[in-house]
Amino acid sequence: MDTSSNIEIIENSYQVPDYTRNSSSQRSISSFQSTQSKTSIREVNFSSELESKPVRHGSTGGADSEGFSASYKEINDDDARLIYINDPEKTNEKFEFAGNSIRTGKYSFLTFLPKNLFEQFHRVAYIYFLVIAILNQLPQLAVFGRGASILPLAFVLLVTAIKDAYEDYRRHRSDKIENNRLAWVLVNEQFQQKKWKDICVGEVIKVFGNETLPCDMVLLSTSDSTGVAYVQTTNLDGESNLKTRYAKQETQMKSPVEGKISGLIKCEKPNRNIYGFQANMDVDGKRISLGPSNIILRGCELKNTDWTLGVAVYAGRETKAMLNNSGAPSKRSRLETRMNREIFFLSIFLVTLCVVVCICHGIWLRRHEDELDLMQFYRKRDYSGPEVENYEYYGWGLEIFFIFLMSVIVFQIMIPISLYISMELVRVGQAYFMIRDNRMFDESSNSRFQCRALNINEDLGQIKYVFSDKTGTLTENKMEFKCASIGGLDFSSGTGNEQVEYSVEVDGMILRPKMKVKVDTELLDLSKSKHSDEGKNVHDFFVALAACNTIVPLTVETDDTSVKLIEYQGESPDEQALVYSAAAYGFMLIERSSGHIVIDIQGERQRFNVLGLHEFDSDRKRMSVILGCPDNKTVKVFVKGADTTMFSIINKSLNLDMVKATESHLHSYSSKGLRTLVIGMRELSTSEFEKWQSSYESASTALMGRAALLRKVANKIENHVTLLGASGIEDKLQQGVPEAIESLRSAGIKVWVLTGDKQETAISIGYSSKLLTSTMTQIVINNNSKNSCRKSLEDGLVMCKKLKIESGATGGGHGDGVSRLALIIDGTSLVYVLDTELEEQLFELASKCSVVLCCRVAPLQKAGIVALIKNRTEDMTLAIGDGANDVSMIQMADVGIGISGQEGRQAVMASDFAMGQFRFLVPLLLVHGHWNYQRMSYMILYNFYRNAVFVLVLFWYVLFTCFTLTTAITDWSSVLYSVIYTSVPTIIVGVLDKDLSRTTLLKYPQLYGSGQRQESYNGKLFWVTIIDTLWQSLAAFFVPLLAYWGSSVDGSSIGDLWTIAVVIMVNVHLAMDVMTWYWITHAAIWGSIIATFICVMVIDALSFLPGYWAFFHIANTELFWLCLLGITVGALVPRLVVKYLVQCYRPSDIQIQREAEKFGNLRVAEIEMNPIIDSPRTT
Amino acid sequence: MNSSTPSSSAGGPGSADPTGPRRSSKRPKYSRFTQQELPACKPILTPKWVISTFLLISFIFIPIGLASLFASRDVVEIVHGYETDCIPEGSRNDKVGFIQSSLDKTCNRTLRVPKEMKQPIYVYYELDNFYQNHRRYVRSRSDHQLRSPTSEHNIGDCGPEGATSNRTHIVPCGLIAWSLFNDTYGFTRNNQQLNINKRDISWKSDRDRKFGRNVYPKNFQNGMLIGGGRLNSSIPLSEQEDLIVWMRTAALPNFRKLYGKIEVDLQAGEIINVTLQNNYNTYSFKGKKKLVLSTTSWLGGKNSFLGIAYLTVGGMSFFLAMVFVVIYLIKPRQLGDPSYLSWNRNPGGR
Repeated sequence: MDTSSNIEIIENSYQVPDYTRNSSSQRSISSFQSTQSKTSIREVNFSSELESKPVRHGSTGGADSEGFSASYKEINDDDARLIYINDPEKTNEKFEFAGNSIRTGKYSFLTFLPKNLFEQFHRVAYIYFLVIAILNQLPQLAVFGRGASILPLAFVLLVTAIKDAYEDYRRHRSDKIENNRLAWVLVNEQFQQKKWKDICVGEVIKVFGNETLPCDMVLLSTSDSTGVAYVQTTNLDGESNLKTRYAKQETQMKSPVEGKISGLIKCEKPNRNIYGFQANMDVDGKRISLGPSNIILRGCELKNTDWTLGVAVYAGRETKAMLNNSGAPSKRSRLETRMNREIFFLSIFLVTLCVVVCICHGIWLRRHEDELDLMQFYRKRDYSGPEVENYEYYGWGLEIFFIFLMSVIVFQIMIPISLYISMELVRVGQAYFMIRDNRMFDESSNSRFQCRALNINEDLGQIKYVFSDKTGTLTENKMEFKCASIGGLDFSSGTGNEQVEYSVEVDGMILRPKMKVKVDTELLDLSKSKHSDEGKNVHDFFVALAACNTIVPLTVETDDTSVKLIEYQGESPDEQALVYSAAAYGFMLIERSSGHIVIDIQGERQRFNVLGLHEFDSDRKRMSVILGCPDNKTVKVFVKGADTTMFSIINKSLNLDMVKATESHLHSYSSKGLRTLVIGMRELSTSEFEKWQSSYESASTALMGRAALLRKVANKIENHVTLLGASGIEDKLQQGVPEAIESLRSAGIKVWVLTGDKQETAISIGYSSKLLTSTMTQIVINNNSKNSCRKSLEDGLVMCKKLKIESGATGGGHGDGVSRLALIIDGTSLVYVLDTELEEQLFELASKCSVVLCCRVAPLQKAGIVALIKNRTEDMTLAIGDGANDVSMIQMADVGIGISGQEGRQAVMASDFAMGQFRFLVPLLLVHGHWNYQRMSYMILYNFYRNAVFVLVLFWYVLFTCFTLTTAITDWSSVLYSVIYTSVPTIIVGVLDKDLSRTTLLKYPQLYGSGQRQESYNGKLFWVTIIDTLWQSLAAFFVPLLAYWGSSVDGSSIGDLWTIAVVIMVNVHLAMDVMTWYWITHAAIWGSIIATFICVMVIDALSFLPGYWAFFHIANTELFWLCLLGITVGALVPRLVVKYLVQCYRPSDIQIQREAEKFGNLRVAEIEMNPIIDSPRTT
Repeated sequence: MNSSTPSSSAGGPGSADPTGPRRSSKRPKYSRFTQQELPACKPILTPKWVISTFLLISFIFIPIGLASLFASRDVVEIVHGYETDCIPEGSRNDKVGFIQSSLDKTCNRTLRVPKEMKQPIYVYYELDNFYQNHRRYVRSRSDHQLRSPTSEHNIGDCGPEGATSNRTHIVPCGLIAWSLFNDTYGFTRNNQQLNINKRDISWKSDRDRKFGRNVYPKNFQNGMLIGGGRLNSSIPLSEQEDLIVWMRTAALPNFRKLYGKIEVDLQAGEIINVTLQNNYNTYSFKGKKKLVLSTTSWLGGKNSFLGIAYLTVGGMSFFLAMVFVVIYLIKPRQLGDPSYLSWNRNPGGR
């Protein structure tokens, strides 16, 4: 390649239009060469070889920075897998690595039954079912008919098994398709097509553009001469931007077909970390280290690259994609945990009943011991054998024991096992409605609400704390360059802001950035004047903006063939904004290839050699790039980073005034809520450069502790920089955030914001999102030692008390009038607080504050703060965030919500629910959460009642049968009771019932408090329900008993009466509590009653059962119907009375609002006219 | 599923879809069902509604209760316990011994008709303390065997009365059949025989389909221990109505079973002589035996419970309705009155 002049190069490169797509790495560990360490020092003079040399990035980003320990250790031979490139036989000789065929299907034909059953019986409920059913199979204990006792369990198992089988069938089918896809594999020095399932580890595979990768492979070479390949990882993590991956230069050169590629790769054992990879490759006697940027993973798609060659390292089920194929996180809802306490009570209740029965039976046996032989209805003696024996009598003790077990079988449904299944169904239904909710559909990202965890729906109705990320959650994470301070001059006046469309013309093609940016005219003029001092400053500033990043420019065709758009692809939205703005000012980044970048400066193409790049990491909080300037002489390092770390490396001796001015500008920017970055630059002397380069080379080829070494190198070069200026980027608040926060606040939810931003930025966002108000007293804690932290916390608490007293003195007026407290604490202070004894004080203080803002917090600190609340209170916590840094907090909180936004999908993958916008939190919590909680709590209580009432009716009857557990109600009715007779209505009501309309719930967020106060499910309600149950069971049992006392009624007939009476009573009870009647509700409730009648008739039409035709006989009498009416009314009247009195004279908020909803318009007017005279409330 | 309708979804409320139709929108299709906006009725317990409900209940229940009470009062019932009286005085110390002996157990009783009894007069026997619902007892039967002669061997549940000691099947097997009640009653009025109709005392459905026409008793009551009545082995089970009635096991430990019907009216003050055979052994478990003659009403036999219960519920409802009216007048609460809301009552949250 000709490199005699820059201009020529630029022209050259334009003959190869693909070049514009080339890019350097994004935040990832990048490749570098271990060779040329000696020769490259000479590259300072920018010889021609240099041009095609790939860029080397020092990097500590990505997984490397998070998993320090992993990067420090050398791969042990024991922990490594050895892969001989292009020699699958040898590779697989010693260890059989998994083949590439995948099996996501869980079962095969043979294993389906045992395996599926085994999995299903992991649920305790099923084991309970099973034990009872097995007990019932013992002849001595056979209470129910065999069929009747097995049926419900078999039914549930069968339904689940069919569902599993169908899912598995679909998995098998897709596996088959996957496994039979074709790929080009190098066999005997030529490429042949092979099925995916036949690919072995060690084989060399060729993948063409837009194809999907068949397995995890280490890149050997690509169609791009610099060894770059682009992949899209949508299938893996949902991120749709392109990722760059590199082939090593050593292998890039080799053609696998002619000169045989050989080598040995030593890599770590398969693991599920898709952002990490560590390996060494021995090629031609050299050892090269490989990182995550050298591996492409199964499931990714190759884009913008013609072909790549790679060697399979992980195949089939050992690929990272397969290892990550696990389901959503599983959490248990608070309600369900609470429920266990009541289940425990019910178990005690059950055992009590059983003990009563068996003791009574024992007494009866003792008292009639002598009569048993002859008594017609007992007759212990069996004369049918050759000798006179006892018939089924095992002695006094054993009889009692059997009676105990039998009573457990008969009363088994006291523990509402069906409740667990109903709850699952109800949650599916609730999730359906949440997903389908139009108001939680995000137009801009075209994403629906997602329910990833299916068992915590009702927790959404009890949230007390919301922990929110700021960037991308409260804000849009769409950055806009707003103002700049360059050389001590502030360009943020906004005078004459206008949108300028900058474009360059090259070879008759017009290139234009895709996004328009508002520019400051003054600054625009300045940027064009090159010769003034200020002009120079501006020039350097924008070059830094355009160069000091990891953005990849991509050209996009437009409808107009002469115009092409440049799109800047990158992971960081801040960088994108900066590059777009630089482009608007005439510093347009046009091309990035591995060794250089081309920037069009005011119409003039200039080529910079990228000599090194130190990526951003959270310790340094800055990044730098070392550029060889177009004049081929000077080498400059451009640094960009957060002000805290930047000011420490700025050479303040040079221009103190300017530094001071910039600092004040920065302060004003951040108080406007802008994200600020400081930019600096330094020219490197040759010796300095050489020194840097050698240490850089050795650091980047180091096998151990590479990340730390690179950081050290970076720290060395990033100092004494000249301040160029600072930028302010606006991150716009998402739509509706202030309103949402206001709603949440009035719903009694505390909103805490945890952000990595600066304190000023955080506070200003706090103001603009109405989180903070001017009436609030702010307690700010930012300290650098434990003692000062302690002091601040104590001061805060004192202040708290003082304010309390003051507000108490003023009569405790309205909540808004009291100056509330806001706590602002930063990450450094949190270091001294979290996990120490100061936590307690922080908790105390924080719980007194209405707002807490934590700024500058690290991801783990976010989780720590959530844990602070979660471990100390019973209150429910919710964490919402969008980025990878929110994952820990999302997983820590009771409910984790991911925003599917700009920062990838890691938060979504870790979350329980995912949605597009922060403001959807309001309908989610206030509407769906409220409904779900109400519905689920009612359903649980109702199910307790429903089963207990039936058990009690059985129990009362047992008292009249010598305690022998005869049931007048047929076995089949007992079994069908919770399956057919009463199950559908509760599920329908659990899915559909609404206590209040959406409008009301949104209008009065305070209504959410009922969930926080656990108004719908608590111990008191449980006991009230149990008392009600007791009464209802007495009514249902004794009305027929007394009405038929001493008559000729037979057991089956009165059993049918009891069955139907209980079913009607239970369903009417539900009907009384239903708040919203849809036609479906009507159908379910009345349909169940009708279904019961039909079932009873069918059972009584079976002539082999003793109760044949009983129903038709008893239903023919008036007494039967009078009993039914009497039972239903008599049993439910007390409930109605209590319910009415409570609703009337101790109305809950929900009740009042329901009334207001129905009669609202009339009343409001009345009230306004005559203010309430009597306010008799004395609560 | 619904992604194929990119622009139709724009009809949903508030969806000014700026992205246009080229992107297939995932917006959920609008329907009143998915948005939970189906038309619905939302009942509320208003005072008016509750008071009228209670009034309605009382207006329905009180008449029914009165009617039931009257019906029960109109039933004429003669109940005569005889388990002690029908044992000769000398044997009263060893009732069980007497009943098991082969002595003559004929016993004459006289009954006085207290009120006019219109025909049909039902004759019942009533047993007390006899647990026909005991688990051992209810299970000890074979419905298959009763129905069809081919199922004769089906005696699985019948123990200890399934087979005789020489392993032949008993038909009908089981404790229930074995313990068939076998006291007999004969009535005379003014030395004139009163006919007892013993036909159609059992359920027709039982005779038709439960007890086979071609199933004849076999080996019945042949064992060591005689539990009760014997059956004529030449009459098929479907015509053994006493057995059919007995096999409808009673729900409760004191029960009546229909013995027959007297199809003439009895006048008040008439004396009826009963000749009964006191065969059945209830003495071994201290059970009582009663003879019952009873007319019937639309509500069945003499039982005032339902009437009282209805009157109580009705009365209570009326009382409650009145109480609610009073409460409503004294201390009304306006429905939907926002001043009762917790955040208005108690400012500044909890």
